[in-house]
Amino acid sequence: MEYVLVFISAILVNNIVLAQFLGICPFLGVSNKISTSVGMSAALLFVMTLATTVTWLLYTFVLVPMHIEFMQTVAYILVIAALVQMVEIVLKKVNQSLYQALGVFLPLITTNCAVLGIAILVIQKNYGLLQSVTFTIATAIGFFLALIIFAGIRERLELYETPKAMKGAPLALVTAGLLSLAFMGFAGLVNAPW
Amino acid sequence: MSVLKEFTKGFIKENPTFVLLLGMCPTLGTTTSAINGMSMGLAATVVLICSNAVISLLKNVIPDKVRIPAFIVVIASFVTVVDLVMQAYLPDLYATLGLFIPLIVVNCIILGRAEAFASKNGVLPSIADGCGIGLGFTMSLTILGAIREILGSGSIFNFKVIPEDANGILLFVMPPGAFLALGLMIALVNHIKNRKKAAA
Repeated sequence: MEYVLVFISAILVNNIVLAQFLGICPFLGVSNKISTSVGMSAALLFVMTLATTVTWLLYTFVLVPMHIEFMQTVAYILVIAALVQMVEIVLKKVNQSLYQALGVFLPLITTNCAVLGIAILVIQKNYGLLQSVTFTIATAIGFFLALIIFAGIRERLELYETPKAMKGAPLALVTAGLLSLAFMGFAGLVNAPW
Repeated sequence: MSVLKEFTKGFIKENPTFVLLLGMCPTLGTTTSAINGMSMGLAATVVLICSNAVISLLKNVIPDKVRIPAFIVVIASFVTVVDLVMQAYLPDLYATLGLFIPLIVVNCIILGRAEAFASKNGVLPSIADGCGIGLGFTMSLTILGAIREILGSGSIFNFKVIPEDANGILLFVMPPGAFLALGLMIALVNHIKNRKKAAA
């Protein structure tokens, strides 16, 4: 039951993009077409789950026993950067078609604050390993949902005349604002302390 | 003269938030009030100045192939310093900004300046560049925070400007308000730019 709550809350109530403002860059950057947003979300799901698992293990079994918790930021960013590189190399060898689908998005993910943000967040929330992984997957699905809806709206907005000053980023941000407003309707769906 | 130019460009011409659209996550996430926005901007500025200075000193030592990881380690070290200092001396502020302090590491402005400027220029111009871009970022965050604070809670820097019993438009301190306010601000900047271009 608890896991179901974590899941729903992370997807709808505390949506990573629309309520927590993590991963805004890819959200605004790759949301022009639905097809690229699917690729980006899939790559993010993959990397985020892997990164949270590895950093959680690193924190619990290396940083805490050695009493160097303050090295968290430095250690995490290095692990994530190395991990993304490794995923890229392995994917290139093992599955060429998947690599072609996700390849372009992988380097972008290293500097995506969502990955580092979630890795730090699960430690702050004192989640166990399984709970952390559930939370991460749910967060990635939330990202996917927001991105898909947003890309769909933007594809349609392309067809309309908009004021010159609003073209591009301003229009995207206002659209995101309205979408965020819509997602606020889910608040209160889960009354949980996270 | 050129040092001064490096300093001033960050405010208007290359303003990271309204013109270059970099560092959007902290911009949206921390500007619930003018003070929060300003503190976030200043924290990022400190990191930016220090990392720019160190990277410009080390630019001949760092091999070209591993420069990005090397830059990230330098930046992450300074972020840790800022993080610990804030935790010790400004615990309230630290609690409000929370996750966004460690996330300065992945702020594209800082890595962007390291790669585009500090790795090619001397120490003094790099520090000037860091100051300028950082304070430009701080300025934008403060403006955005002030607008959201005035509209959302009717106060500015915690001073109430509307009658005591009146309420602000709560929407503007909530997440959707961040998107709306920033979108309209950028539209305004674009509008002014377009008009200038039309007049010229």
